[in-house]
Formats: sequence, structure tokens, C-alpha cells
Amino acid sequence: MLDIIEKLTQAFGVSGNEANVRSIIQDEITDKVDEIKVDTLGNLIAIKKGKGNSFKKVMLVAHMDEIGVIATYIDKEGFIRFSNVGGVSPYCSLGQRVAFQNGTMGRIFYERKLESLKDLKLEKMYIDIGAVNKEEAEKIVSIGDTACFCGGFELQNGMVTSKALDDRIGCAILIDVINHFPETENEIYFVFTVQEELGLRGAKTAAFSILPDFALSIDTTDTGDTPECKAMEVKCGNGPAIKIIDKSIICHPEVRKGLQKAADTIGVRVQYEVLEYGGNDAGAIHTTAGGIPSGTLSVPTRYLHSSIETISLKDAEETASIVRELIKGSGLH
Amino acid sequence: MDSIQYNALEQHKEERNAIEILKQLTEISGVSGDEDRVQEYVCQLIKEYTDNIEIDSMGNIIAFKKGINSKFKVMLSAHMDEVGLIITGYKDKLLKFKSVGGIDERILLNKRVSVGDSKIPGVIGAKPIHLQKKAERTKPIGIDSMFIDIGAEDKKELERLVPRGTFVAFDSKMVEFGEGCIKAKALDDRVGCAILMDMIRYKFDFDLYCCFTVQEEVGLRGSAITTYRVEPDIAIVVEGTTCSDVAGVEEQFHTTKLKGGAALSFMDRTTVYDKELLDFIKNVAESNNIKYQLKKTVSGGNDSGRIQRSLEGVRVATISIPCRYIHSPVSVMSKEDFFSSRELVRAVLNEINNKGGVNYA
Amino acid sequence: MDIIKLLEQLSMQNGVSGFEKQLSEFIASEFRQHCDEVQVDHFYNVIGLKRGYSTNPKKIMITAHYDEIGLIVTSIDEQGFVKFSNIGGIDSKILMAQEVIVHGSEELFGIIGAKPPHLLDESQAGIAVKLEDMCIDLGMSVESVKAKISIGDTITFKAYPTELKNSLYSSKSLDNRSGVLTLIMILEQLKGINHRDDVYIIATVQEEVGLRGAEMVAYSTKPDLAIVIDVCYGDTPEVSEDEAFSLGKGVALGVGPNLHKGYTNKAKQLAEELGIGIHIDVNPASTGTEAWAVQISRTGIPTVLFSNPLRYMHTMVETLSIKDIKATARLSVELIKAGVIN
Repeated sequence: MLDIIEKLTQAFGVSGNEANVRSIIQDEITDKVDEIKVDTLGNLIAIKKGKGNSFKKVMLVAHMDEIGVIATYIDKEGFIRFSNVGGVSPYCSLGQRVAFQNGTMGRIFYERKLESLKDLKLEKMYIDIGAVNKEEAEKIVSIGDTACFCGGFELQNGMVTSKALDDRIGCAILIDVINHFPETENEIYFVFTVQEELGLRGAKTAAFSILPDFALSIDTTDTGDTPECKAMEVKCGNGPAIKIIDKSIICHPEVRKGLQKAADTIGVRVQYEVLEYGGNDAGAIHTTAGGIPSGTLSVPTRYLHSSIETISLKDAEETASIVRELIKGSGLH
Repeated sequence: MDSIQYNALEQHKEERNAIEILKQLTEISGVSGDEDRVQEYVCQLIKEYTDNIEIDSMGNIIAFKKGINSKFKVMLSAHMDEVGLIITGYKDKLLKFKSVGGIDERILLNKRVSVGDSKIPGVIGAKPIHLQKKAERTKPIGIDSMFIDIGAEDKKELERLVPRGTFVAFDSKMVEFGEGCIKAKALDDRVGCAILMDMIRYKFDFDLYCCFTVQEEVGLRGSAITTYRVEPDIAIVVEGTTCSDVAGVEEQFHTTKLKGGAALSFMDRTTVYDKELLDFIKNVAESNNIKYQLKKTVSGGNDSGRIQRSLEGVRVATISIPCRYIHSPVSVMSKEDFFSSRELVRAVLNEINNKGGVNYA
Repeated sequence: MDIIKLLEQLSMQNGVSGFEKQLSEFIASEFRQHCDEVQVDHFYNVIGLKRGYSTNPKKIMITAHYDEIGLIVTSIDEQGFVKFSNIGGIDSKILMAQEVIVHGSEELFGIIGAKPPHLLDESQAGIAVKLEDMCIDLGMSVESVKAKISIGDTITFKAYPTELKNSLYSSKSLDNRSGVLTLIMILEQLKGINHRDDVYIIATVQEEVGLRGAEMVAYSTKPDLAIVIDVCYGDTPEVSEDEAFSLGKGVALGVGPNLHKGYTNKAKQLAEELGIGIHIDVNPASTGTEAWAVQISRTGIPTVLFSNPLRYMHTMVETLSIKDIKATARLSVELIKAGVIN
């Protein structure tokens, strides 16, 4: 699983520009599924067909996109002004390297005359690509190009650190489920979505086209286990988190129960997640077409939306195990 | 049934009875200056145990139990009044009010209240969050922006039903919950009243005066005159006191601890307590195995300040029952603390009786 | 039907948004007494059908949400105090010294406490108490608390229904159990009426967290006309009378881009003819009600909004007039009777 996590997280895939990530996933799974397609928005949908005639349709979701920045203006000296794509903190951006899709590297810094860092805003920051003037800069970067943060991959003490673990770890988990696919009658839709970071956009249309019996999103969630952070009970390394609520969804009780039962069956310890902000793909799915029971299994992640997102590898592996167990079952109702 | 079982059963019955009396006491409306109904209730229950009951001009009850040799006088004091509200005017169909006694304004929003003698139900309302401007949302709502709503059609109806100056008490029924806890309004100081009502049943060598005072919450008013009437040698105030052992409060600020036993004061805003009397009480608690704690901060105050500095000075002590969220409709007390305080008061009286006074050695 | 008793029952039941399962059974059983068909969907929307006489009936959908705002357990501290977050919009200022029920493995009574005022430092003066600085006191040891509740358990206000003067009624969750009561009253009145169209009476879920139940049922029901029944602001000091309406004077009829002009006018006309009191509730954009979600379902659904004026919205002493509920029920029935859909 580790190799694929590295490959996926290090790939470029800012929201709206997920092609690189999509092709890595396609290479990985095309031979192992019964059907695979890319829909209008760019979601990748892979299907393992159901057996018999009373199977359930289960939709498993992870998003391919990552947060990043987008060039909005290039000044005379060749410095690039930018805006955010998804939730980008000015503080986490400061002093970071970014990479455009064509490989161009940039460094983010701020207007030095700013008196207090408290007033730091993305408008007061720029990307330096080392161009000497506007013309030279425009040869390699155009207005509207997106760039992702650079954040190398490393494994230390069982913890994986990289950029874009949100939500390539979810993608890696789904791939792992395909690679070690359990015996099941159910029809499983593996959906790798686009533009989650811009408002759960890809998941909405995918859900409408599939109309599953239930849906499960695999995503990252915040933790409360770092010094003087906002209080939250979820800890990195304490097991996958069954989401109860966030701003986009109150997870369906039957999906939560199903996850709990699957975890109990295989003896994996889980945590409960009450997230007071943020949303995830399940939010867009559950109100679709009259309502689709949906839930989320989260991988606890430190430093979300930064270049050093950090998870416990064990949490990720156990997440995959619970998903495998869940889809074996005869459904939820 | 053996005698131990029998005693346990009797004790249980007696304790249930005490809690039932406390329930009735706390559910009576008796805001400072409007204690009549509490006074009536107390008199009615203690009548048969006392030698004389006197009601003074302010409404204090001085209940007297003659001693066998009457060598000296012990006064127990607890106040009948509670914090509450008073109607000051009208705003369209609603009532304007001010608080009587110290109330944290933050706790008034959206509480149910009982207006006047006829206990008209009402609710305290204010602008809902949706209609508050952004700057208003993060600010507390002041008492001037809150109103009591009894469902009146117009001002005329209000003037008829609720004249200005009508007293308003919180509407809060006693609830037993958690592990031996009680929620009620007015635990400060009906809990003290309940203990005094129990003490008056006993007969000692000395003369016992149980004073149920008025207007403590608006400046220790009633006890100023009871002390002059009784001229006690020793006075013990029985109070509901603050208990701040709640989340977000550092341990050094925990005035008292819930379930920590009867609380003894060494100093508060009104009184530096008699050191020898305090030591005497501590010894009694220890030798009788009664759970007690020292009140850790010097905040708050009670009738003892008045009593101590009346006449030529009176030796005074306070035995308190810890109450979380005091001065609110949802004060919380533990039954265990109530019973240890009651037991301690009784044991102190017994010891004074046995020693023929307070043994200061 | 004993209206007060039913309202009391409805308001005392608990069903925080997303946790409505238990309450759905109560509402379904009420609906069953009057409907030809009742079903509860995957999300616990309760859908009752009262058939019309026509062989080719149109569909009228009437929704009222039955979820309530509430709190949710986020952690338990080392002393056993329970920290919480909100579900739905709650003014943290109203929570101090309130009584709540925590729905753990059993129902537990608790008090919301905060740092006492004399221990607040100067910097806190003039700042409203924040949600994160409050906690629930269950009067139990930390061990007992942990054994009985877990992260994600919901918390509701303790209900103390109270009748005030002049048919006013105060309790928790009248937003929008009063709407559910209105639905049941409509059903009862429809019994004696020969109506042409099929009427779908629907008690919806998850309104307080984003009109989610309404979005689902509008899609699955596919009505020709929708009537949304909810509450609006009752007259309150310091609030303009344009946006907050006197209690006891009738139905607040929503107007604005969110609502269908033709049917709204028809309702207004009916009210005037029949002497049903109305207020005009002007909404320049979203009404903040389910009408916002219903209007744009599928190919679009003509939607009208009837509201019961309510004082002290989203508190434990929400206050409204029984008279208004009756007026709202009556106007809805008259609109159904009129067979207005072409």
C-alpha cells in the first residue's frame, strides 16, 4: 500500500486538474474491475459487478483532487499573484514551494513591509518563479494555471507524511480494496471524484448517475492530538474514525451501525468523529434523488491542508479492512 | 427484620421526608421582601416543636426552644429569602423587570418564571439569534433588553394582572438526578431553613433560638435585627454556599467541592470567623467522622457578618452546603453534603450541650 | 382532537436533526389514523397520502419539518463534565443554567454550567459566553458518565410546556412541531371533505441543518403544488413589525421570489373571503424555510409558505398562539378544497 500512497500523493492534482492522478489510478485498476469509465466532470467510476439478482449497489468514494493555488496576475518583475483553490491558509503557504503542472517550481513569500503577520492574507503574498520580467514569466506560467504545494513523502515511526494525503489516502485505500477484493454478491462502485475541495462537486453527479443503495466516503479528518489545538476527541493512530456529523452531513445511522459492526467483526478499534466544520463527498451524495443513506469513514490526519499532512499507516490499513468487511455484507437494511 | 435493618429503614424514611420538605421549601416563591409564604410554611411545620414563635416587624421568624437550665443561648440562623425579579414597568404586551439580589444577568435568558402571588406563568424572552445584528451576537444581552411574557393582549391587561412592584420568582421544580444530586431554585438558603427546622425538634440544656431571616440577599437586612432581639452567646449560620468546582475553573478557585462534605468558613467578604469556634467545629466533625471541607476562597458573604458585629460582638461560625450554579433557577446540591451538614450542626449542638459551652482547649 | 395535548406530546418528544428515528414512529402512528397510506423513507421522512376522488388527480404536497435544534456530545473531561457542540443554529447566550437531557444509553438529566461570573477576568466583560466555555453537569462521577454516554450522543432541552394567557403556549421545539400539529389538523379536517387531488402530508427531517429532508421528499414525491408550513418571527421588542408578526392574528403568508405568485394570491384571496387573518411575510430572497429547497426540485415546483408566528425562536421557551395554528390548518384545507391546480 505504501508505494501507491507515495505515487498518488506526489502526483499533481489540484481541483479541476485531476488528470494525472486519474491516469495513475486507471493504470493501477483497469485490469482488476469489470467496467471503468470517466464521466462528464472527470470522475473515474470503476465497477465490480454484482452476482445473483438481489445484490445491493454500494458506492465507495474518495476524491482525487487536492487544494492548491491559481495564478491570477503577473507583474512587471515577473512575480505571480495568486488566489486559493480550496481551503488554503496564508500561514501554511508562507515559505512553501509550489509546483505547476508543467513542472515549473515557485516559492511563496509575502510583502515584507507588512508590519504584523496577523494581517497576512493571500492578497499580500506572491509566487516567485525566478523570472526576471513579465514576458519571461509568461513563457512558462499563464494566468489560470494552478500549482500544488510541494511536500515530500516520508515514513517514520509508522506515520506517513506528505502533501495531498487529503484525499489520496482515500484513493489508495479504495485501490487496496480492489487489489484484495473480498468475496461478495454486491455490486461495488469505486468512485474517484473531482472537485471535492471546491464544494463536493464531482460526487453529486456521480451519485445521481449510479443511484446506489448506500454510499460510503473515505476521507481524511482533523485530529485533536497536537499541542494547544482546537478540542476534538479524534487521535492519530487510534484507529479509523466513524463520522457522526460535519457541516455537510449527519451520517445515516444504518451506515454508522454497519461500519461499527464490520469493525467489531474483524476486531479493529474505531473512534467517533464529531467535526464542527468542513464537509465531505457524502454530504453531496446523501440528499441526491430522494435521499441515499450515506456515511464516512475517516482517516485521522494531522495538519490538514498543509504540505505536511500526517497519518498513521495503521489507521489507513485498518480503514481498508473495515471497508472490505462492510461490502461483504448483505446490505444495511 | 433485625434492628440494624429497622434502623436503616427508619433512617431512609426520615431522609426521604427531609428531602420532601426541602422540595416544598424550594418550590415556594419567596424573593427578598416577599417572604410571607415561606414564613407561613416554616411556622406551620415547626409550631408543635417550639416553645414560642415570634414574627418581628420585617418578617423574621424567631423560634424559641427553652433549655433545661437556660445557662446560655445558641442562635442558629438561616435566611428564607431568595434572589428573584421585580416588575418595574411595561413594554407593549410585555413586562419590564429588574433583579432583586445578585443575579448573573447571563442566566436570565429564556427562563420560566412565576409572577406574583397568583403565580402567573411567564417566560423571559429577548430577540432571537436570527434577528440579532452581527455585533449583537457576540455581546451578552443585558437585562434592559429582556422582557417577561405572560401572553397578555395589551398593556391594560398587564396593569390589571401585574401591578408595578410585583415580585417574580424563578419557576423551577426540584429534580433529583445523577448520583445523589438535586437541582432546584432557592437552595440558597432554603437548605439552611430545612436544617434549622430539624434542629428545633431537639431539646438541650441551653436555650436554642432558630432564626429564619428575611432580606439576606439585599444586604443582610433581617439578621441585623434578630441578633439584637436574641442576644446570643454563640451563633451558627447555616447557608447554601457557592461551589465552583466546574469545568474551566482552576483548582485553586474551587471555593468548595460538590460531595466534599459540610463547608466551614474561615473568612469571607463579610466576616473573619471566630478561630476557636471554627476549631471546635472541626474537632466535632473529626471525632464524629462527619465529612467536612474548608471553603477555600474568601469571596461571598452572609448573615454572619451582621451577627458578629451586633451588640458587643457575637462568636459566629458558618456551616455551608455547597451549591453549584447558585443564584440561578438550577442550583445543584448533593444530598450527601446536605446530610453531613445537618449531622454536623446536630453534633456541634450536642457537643456544646455535653461540654456546657464551647470548649476552647 | 385535544390540540393542546397533542402539541404538548409533540413538543416533549425528542428528535434532533439527523436523529429523528424514534420520533418518526410517533408521527407515523398519528398519520396512520387519518391517511390512506403512510410510509417512512430511509431518512425517516414520514410520508402520508390522502387520496383525492379524481381518477387523474394532481399532487399537493404539504411539508412541515419535525426535527429540532439541539446539542451533541464532543468530549467528556476528567471530572466528568460533558463538552458539546450545536446541531442547528443556537445562540450560545441562552444556554447558561438551562436544563437538558443527554441521550446516552439512558436519558440523563443535566445542567449547563459555565465559569461563575466572579471568576471571569476583566477581558471577558462585555463578551457573550461561548459554546466551548460551557459544559453539562450530570451530577455523576467521570466513570459513570463515560459508561453511559459517548461522543456523538445528542442532547435536547428539557421541555416544560406552559400555557400562558390568551391561548399562548410556550415550550421547546414548537419550531416546528407546531407545523406537525398543523399537518395532523389538516388531515383530520380533510376527512369530511371531498377533495379532488391527492394530498401528500409529509413530516420532514434535517431542516435545521440545511433543508435536507425537504430536498429529498420534493424529489421523490414530485408534486404539482407544495405548501410548506413552518414558523416565522413573532412580535418581539426591538424588532421591526415588518418582519415579526403579532401572535393570535392569523397565518403569515410568505411572498417573494422564493414563492409562487399565483397560488400565493389564491391563498390570500381565500383567506380574505373566509375571514381568516393573515400577515404578509415579505422575503426578498430565501425564506430560510423548506420552500427554498422545494421550489427548485426537478423541473421546479410551485410553492407557497404558511407560517405560524413564533416568539423566542430556537430557545426552550418558544411561544406561539394556538389560534394561529388553527388558522394555518384551515387555510391549507381551503386551498386543497378549492382544487386550484390546472
